[in-house]
Amino acid sequence: MSVTHHHIPDSMLAAYAAGTLPQAFAVVVATHVSMCSMCRAALGAHEAVGGAVLEIQDQVAVSDGLKSNVLDLLDAPFTAPPAPTRNGIYPGPVADVMKTRAPRWKTLGMGVRQDILFGQKDGSLRLLYIPPGQAVPDHGHNGIELTLVLQGSFSDETGQFGVGDVEIADETLEHTPVADAGEPCICLAATDAPLRFRALAPRLLQPLFRI
Amino acid sequence: MTALDPPETPPDGEPALRRAMRAPGGKPAACPATYSRETQWMIAVRDQRDRVAFAALFDHFAPRLKGFVIRSGIPAAKAEEVVQDVMLTIWRKADQFDPHRAQVAAWVYQIARNRQIDVMRRDGRPMPEELREDPGTEPDASQILAVEQEARQLKSALTRLNAEQRDVIEKAYLGELSHQQISDQTGLPLGTIKSRIRLGLNRLRHELKDLKP
Ligand SMILES: [Zn+2]
Repeated sequence: MSVTHHHIPDSMLAAYAAGTLPQAFAVVVATHVSMCSMCRAALGAHEAVGGAVLEIQDQVAVSDGLKSNVLDLLDAPFTAPPAPTRNGIYPGPVADVMKTRAPRWKTLGMGVRQDILFGQKDGSLRLLYIPPGQAVPDHGHNGIELTLVLQGSFSDETGQFGVGDVEIADETLEHTPVADAGEPCICLAATDAPLRFRALAPRLLQPLFRI
Repeated sequence: MTALDPPETPPDGEPALRRAMRAPGGKPAACPATYSRETQWMIAVRDQRDRVAFAALFDHFAPRLKGFVIRSGIPAAKAEEVVQDVMLTIWRKADQFDPHRAQVAAWVYQIARNRQIDVMRRDGRPMPEELREDPGTEPDASQILAVEQEARQLKSALTRLNAEQRDVIEKAYLGELSHQQISDQTGLPLGTIKSRIRLGLNRLRHELKDLKP
C-alpha cells in the first residue's frame, strides 16, 4: 500500500460534502477518499458540520399522512443499487463511471493515450496513459485541473506523485509531468475547462482531440 | 416546547428499546443509556429493525429535513417526496450506520444531500467505496461518545456564531449556493466570502479544540 502525500484541499472536501462540486471533480474526490483514510476523516468532519446545520434548521411541519405513508413503505420490496466496487486498478467511483468496461484508449501521439469518460459543460473527466519516461506534452490550463494517479507515478516541477496522490493545477502552473520508470502511469484527470496542449496539438486541433 | 418539537422519548420507545437490548443475539453493550436518544434509536433500527425507534427518528428528523430541503432550493411541493425518500433510505441503509465514524445527524445529512442532488441533476453524486467493519468487532463506547460530544459541541458553536457567519456556513453546507453564487447574491467579492467561511470554520475548530485530549 502506497503512502499518499498529496491530498484533496479542505475547501474542495467541503464542496464535495455539500454537493456543489462539478461532477468530474466529484468523481476525483470520491476516488481519492476511497484510497485515503486521512481525507475520509476530513470529509467526515465536514459532514459533521452539515449534520449540525441540519439539526439547527427551522422545522417545517410535514403533512399528516406522511409518517404513516413512510411506515407503510418500510416493508415494500427494495433492491439496493450495487455499492461502488473496485475493478482492478480502478477504484469504485471510477469503475462506476466506466461501467465495468475496459478503457477505450485513443492515442495522442508519443505513446500517450487518453480515454474521455465524459465531457460536460462544467468539466470533463478522462483517463490518461503515459509510458515510462514519457512527458505529457507541456500544457497550460484554462481552469482547474485535478490529476489522480491510479497506477505508476509521475514527477514534475512540483514533486513526485504516486498511486492515490492528487495534483491540482490552475492557470498559474506551467508544468511538464513525466512518467517515472517502471509501470506505465495511468491517471484520472478532471478539468473544468478545455486544456491547451502546446507541443502536441495546435489550438485549432483541440476540438478534434476534445482535450 | 412547541407542537413541532419531537417528544423526549418515542411513545412506548423506552420499553421497546429495553426489550430490544435484551433480545437474544442483540448487543446490550452497544447501546448504553448514555448515548444520545438519536443514536439509541438508530442502533435499534439497525440491529433490531425497531419500528418504534424509527418512528421516533421520523418525528425528530422529518420536520428538520423538510426545512433543510426547502432552503436548499427544492420546491415545497416536492420537498415531502424528498423527506420520504431520505427517511426510507435511513431504514434501508441502516446497516451502514456506524456511530464510531458519524453521529446520526451527520449520517442523515449526507443521505439528504445525495437525494437532493439526484433530484436536481441528471447524474447523482459519485460516492466513495464503503468501509466495512470486520464482523464481530466490539463497539467502542468511548469513541461513540466522543463522536457524539463533538457533534453537540459543533451544534452549540454554530448557534453562537454571529448571524452573518452562521448564514454563510449554513448556505455553504445546505449546498444552497456555490461560493460563486453566494458572491453574486450578496455582492461580496469571492475572497471575502471564502475568508468568512474560513473564519466561521476556524471559530468552530477553536470551539472543538477543547475536546481534544
Ligand atoms: Zn488524502
